[in-house]
Amino acid sequence: MPRMTFPFGPQHPVLPEAIQLKLTVEDERVVEVLPAIGYMHRGIEKAAEKNPYINNVFLCERICGICSFIHGMAYCQTIEEIMEVKVPPRAEYLRVIWSELSRLHSHLLWLGLLADSFGFESLFMQCWRAREIVLDMLEMTTGQRVIQSTCVIGGVRRDIDAEQAARMREMLKTLKPQIDAVIPVFKHDYTIKSRTVGRGVLPKDQAWKLGAVGPTLRGSGGAWDARLTGYAAYGELGFEPMVETDGDSYARTQVRVRETYQAYELVLKALDRLPEGETKVKVKGFPNGEAAIRVEQPRGELFYYALGDGTSHLERLKVRTPTFVNIPALLTMLPGCEIADVPVIVLSIDPCMSCTER
Amino acid sequence: MPWMIPNIAKNLTGSPATRKYPFEKRPYFPGTRGRLEVDFLTCGYCGLCERVCPAQAIKKIGDKKDPDVTILYKPFACIYCARCVEVCKFGSVKIFEEHTAPADRKLTLGREGEPVDEEFVLNNGF
Repeated sequence: MPRMTFPFGPQHPVLPEAIQLKLTVEDERVVEVLPAIGYMHRGIEKAAEKNPYINNVFLCERICGICSFIHGMAYCQTIEEIMEVKVPPRAEYLRVIWSELSRLHSHLLWLGLLADSFGFESLFMQCWRAREIVLDMLEMTTGQRVIQSTCVIGGVRRDIDAEQAARMREMLKTLKPQIDAVIPVFKHDYTIKSRTVGRGVLPKDQAWKLGAVGPTLRGSGGAWDARLTGYAAYGELGFEPMVETDGDSYARTQVRVRETYQAYELVLKALDRLPEGETKVKVKGFPNGEAAIRVEQPRGELFYYALGDGTSHLERLKVRTPTFVNIPALLTMLPGCEIADVPVIVLSIDPCMSCTER
Repeated sequence: MPWMIPNIAKNLTGSPATRKYPFEKRPYFPGTRGRLEVDFLTCGYCGLCERVCPAQAIKKIGDKKDPDVTILYKPFACIYCARCVEVCKFGSVKIFEEHTAPADRKLTLGREGEPVDEEFVLNNGF
């Protein structure tokens, strides 16, 4: 059988993201993959140079809808680092609460999409139903469901009062059984195991070498999580990265499953330990200097670099998003798999193209 | 498959998970950032909202001393971040919980929240 090359994407019934993979196949087996990205480029890094630096928070949040809060938080932390602003402890705890809620909704969304990629529609609906509770919590505490616009340079704009905290605990209580209902399916279901176990294997040394981050790396046994650096309040909350060693799609799924529970626990822990005090400090002046920040997104390590020249506009903003560095890892997973497994393996790195292309 | 039976029974007898939308509306949470309105009676025409708006969705037309000074607002360019609400010294920019109503074109709102003539908007470079 001669080789044949055909495009997979950017429009595909299974793939929610606009990435094109030029697959070269022999019979039903993939032998070579060539990615093509750039369908969602919006020029956000350039636009950030044309805005006053304070307004870039709202721009950075729009890089990606699913991890929007963490993008805004990373930008704020970068500018705070340059300007040497000390964020009040309460604001740091609130940032942890919201970023963990973002992680929770991102992982539930992804679990739903994974179920959808097998054609498991009802499980997809159940996952998204649980996610709706998380979005309600975000709307209640920040004012909007997806693009929260709560993190600002110097702290946060909203506060969680006692009444909201009590309501959040109630909502988390209703969320737990819903997560508990869907998670065993991802762990033990025969269909899901047959589609994920041993598919898209990424060995640990390859993962380190290719610079994979986040659940893609942790699924291969690399115990690295940017939250270990202890930014915001993670240093005080105690945190262990979730590691699986098999390196296949199933291991990556299990990492996210365990992280879902971990995010749930972290939200509760941060709510319990929420310190009293200010939520915001006033920031005066303009950023002068440079800083680089690493934070952990649901998809992996996010890197922000900003260079300020003492004016109201930044000289340069550079964002390196997790999916961008996971694509090389994806290209080593795909050769040797069957065509039917391609969507599942592509989804197993949790691709986020709007992040990647900015 | 006997373990499925309770679940099947629950699904057959239970109520649907979705809301019966037109009859049962989801209440908004207090503090939701929805519709924006400018109160022209208390507005001091300082132009601060225009300066802080990240989306350039609000603009002061004319000088403070002019009798026909006005504020134009584009609800479909607005990102509802409520920065203008924060900075307004007069409390004239208000944010409401219900969301902006859909429209068939991108309107620009002027006084009393009425749509203004598009030519007027273009002439003022907005």
